[in-house]
Amino acid sequence: MADQPVGRIRFMDQQRVNLDGFAHEDVGLGLIAMNSPHDPAPSLVLDGGRVVEMDGRRVEDFDSLDELIATHGIDVTVAEEAMALDDVEFARLFVDPGVPRAEVVRLVSGTTPAKLARVVSMLRPAELTLAMTKLRARRTPSNQAHVTNLLDDPLLLAADAATAAAYGFREVETTVPVLADAPSNAVAVTLGAAIASPGVLVQCSVEEAMELEMGIRGLVSYAETVSLYGTEPVFVDGDDTPYSKAILAAAYASRGVKMRVTSGAGAELLMGGAEQCSMLYLESRCVSLARAMGVQGVQNGGIDGASVASSVPKGVRGLMAENVMVMARNLEACTGNDALMSESDVRRTSRTLPILLAGSDYVCSGFGSIQRYDNMFGPSQWNAEDIDDWLAMQRDWGVDGGLRTASPAEVGRLRREAAEACRDVYRYLGLADFTDEHVDLAVDAVGSKDLVTDGHEPDPMVVLGAAQAIRSSGLGSIEVAKALLECGYEAAAQRVLEMLGARVHGDHLQTAAIFDESMQVLSLVTDPNDYAGPGTGYEPDAARQAEIDGIRQARGVEDLRKDQASHADDSLRVIGAAAQGSDPREVVIGLSPGVGRTVWQTLSGLTVVDAIHELLAGLEEEGCIARLVRVNGSLDLGMVGLTAARLAGSGIGIGLQGKGTALIHRRDLPPLANLELYSMAPILDRSHYRLLGGNAGRHAKGATPVPARNPYTDEAIEARYHTRVVSLVELERRCLDRALGNEDIEVDR
Amino acid sequence: MTRAFSGRDAEELTLDRLARDELAADDVRIHPETLEHQAAVAEQHANPQLAANFRRAAELALMPEDEVMALYEALRPHRATAEELEALAVRLEAVPAPLSATLVREAASVYARRGLLR
Repeated sequence: MADQPVGRIRFMDQQRVNLDGFAHEDVGLGLIAMNSPHDPAPSLVLDGGRVVEMDGRRVEDFDSLDELIATHGIDVTVAEEAMALDDVEFARLFVDPGVPRAEVVRLVSGTTPAKLARVVSMLRPAELTLAMTKLRARRTPSNQAHVTNLLDDPLLLAADAATAAAYGFREVETTVPVLADAPSNAVAVTLGAAIASPGVLVQCSVEEAMELEMGIRGLVSYAETVSLYGTEPVFVDGDDTPYSKAILAAAYASRGVKMRVTSGAGAELLMGGAEQCSMLYLESRCVSLARAMGVQGVQNGGIDGASVASSVPKGVRGLMAENVMVMARNLEACTGNDALMSESDVRRTSRTLPILLAGSDYVCSGFGSIQRYDNMFGPSQWNAEDIDDWLAMQRDWGVDGGLRTASPAEVGRLRREAAEACRDVYRYLGLADFTDEHVDLAVDAVGSKDLVTDGHEPDPMVVLGAAQAIRSSGLGSIEVAKALLECGYEAAAQRVLEMLGARVHGDHLQTAAIFDESMQVLSLVTDPNDYAGPGTGYEPDAARQAEIDGIRQARGVEDLRKDQASHADDSLRVIGAAAQGSDPREVVIGLSPGVGRTVWQTLSGLTVVDAIHELLAGLEEEGCIARLVRVNGSLDLGMVGLTAARLAGSGIGIGLQGKGTALIHRRDLPPLANLELYSMAPILDRSHYRLLGGNAGRHAKGATPVPARNPYTDEAIEARYHTRVVSLVELERRCLDRALGNEDIEVDR
Repeated sequence: MTRAFSGRDAEELTLDRLARDELAADDVRIHPETLEHQAAVAEQHANPQLAANFRRAAELALMPEDEVMALYEALRPHRATAEELEALAVRLEAVPAPLSATLVREAASVYARRGLLR
């Protein structure tokens, strides 16, 4: 026993946060968030307009990353000015609302990787939030979803893509557990997204060459799985160089396909190639490289390495600093919150919240809109079970996290249309035949496990066959659009065609471009971020604000009135004005004004009539005479109970409010005092009311019963019921009538 | 007016034409001139590197997809000798794709120094 920690510690050990790994900083491994002693000191030497030294390294020693950055990535006309700026002074420009975004962008274009890493490492969390608010490229925030499943089932992919689009995601990213299925997944997700909304960008993340092929063929509309790394050996291990990636960027643009690169803390560390540098510095090299290559955007914030970064001190801060570097380099930022970095709901909320508050081009670079088990990227930081939480957080803070509420009926309708369209198009193109039962399962499925019937999964060879047919026939999005049209899905066909037309215009190749639902491009060019302090920058317009506010769970008085009315019956009837009682055995049950008129059901779900019956039964067991009186002149439970006590021959009264709170009162007590009180109406059951009735009877007989106690719960019971309480009080208030006095009531037994 | 690679006006991408099978792949392919226009826009929005990428893209837009794929493949590490990359640069100049040729020559020089040639 001596070695075992005490119970308090054992209890803490069991909490989910302790499933996470936490590491000491280890500079030798590069396990350090920012400012490693081995990060080079910022330096830049120009000779005849050419960079001959960068961050302590001479031109003859440049590796391929240095070379591309030094040759293409640094604006030598501002470099001397930028590099001479004091780090603190520079960092202040990031947050000063009086300094325009354009000025920060201008200066940062002259910085080396080490300089920018050092400057952003000065920013504290609230300053990073402000910097992100000001520096992101696009004014309007948005969000990206993962849509995948274990089986690559096309009908489920289509239904889930439609669902993601219905919830407001403007980019949908799929991938495959089976590489050869990729073309089928790309088509299914394209179909589903087009059923739900115009202008949803779609990508299928696979090996570089295959992804390029699908982009060129028009099966996807953007690409993101173009990885950059902060050291040359790791880059080469990934079978690429900065130059091959630069050509890849041009290749995508040459076919009108939007593209961003992927980097993020921890990748080099995981591949054993961090060279003792901090994660932030290595990521700064990636971001500099992205700008030098001429890509429009970066997905970072520790993508696959998010949990490694989060394991060290200031790791989560470092992830956000990465995103800010991207924005400061005038690029689109797709800000991580992608791979799950913690088992703890508290830690993952903590990691994401500042970015949600600041707003980002894409708050998540992969919100898992599907089940965790179906996410073929691995579980995301946010998943299907979190959509309502996300909507509530948006509403709580009044911020735009890119999502909106979709009505249950709309989700059902879109899932069916998407699954049916996918079935019809696959049949029309000769790719596969799916049964009506399969469609029904996909429409209703929470995830792919729901597609199993009698222990059998759908045949995987069907998907593989479809994918091979797409690839070998050279089928592209024109054929998909045509098939949609022939199968009667004209609006979706139009949307697929519009996305193809967008490639011809190329406006969505500009920085941070998305399409809104009227196919307008929102980008750095058309929707530039103009934040310059309070009262400026993005604010949701009235329609968008209504979407953010209008979550499906919200209720008003009118909803509750209808709900209460559905429980109404005629079992309570007014007999006449209530008079003073004289029988010493008489206990009066005082009812609040709305009971049996506007309020019929208590917060616990018990009807008011049932609660009254239990009180009566308790009194009867004590041999008391009970009388029901409605107290029309007060909403206050104490006054209702005291009024009842004063009318009672015994001087003992019970007060009952429509929501179910109840007490025992005595005629000589002040209103706010009482003998016994049930304040926790939501968790009262019949036995509690029976006991309260019995105790009132004992008080009437002059005994001193053991007081009834409130039942206890550790749930957020007030959060659950307070909105209903507000409405119930309003329903009672509508019945308040001081002139009416107190009325005797009879109740059916 | 924006023209597709085929020369067709982008406004002509309609469902009617789709229904009549009048639309082909090059009708939904971007024209090099459009990429040059996008390059000018990127330059005006403080991103000359993005502009340079669009100009390289305008060159690649002229090339068939297998040649574009082959160009990418050649620049991956340890795929090509110095001579092969130089020959590739010469072929690119003939497209004409001089900006892409320059990038290939830069890569060849760095690859030689860093041991990334085949």
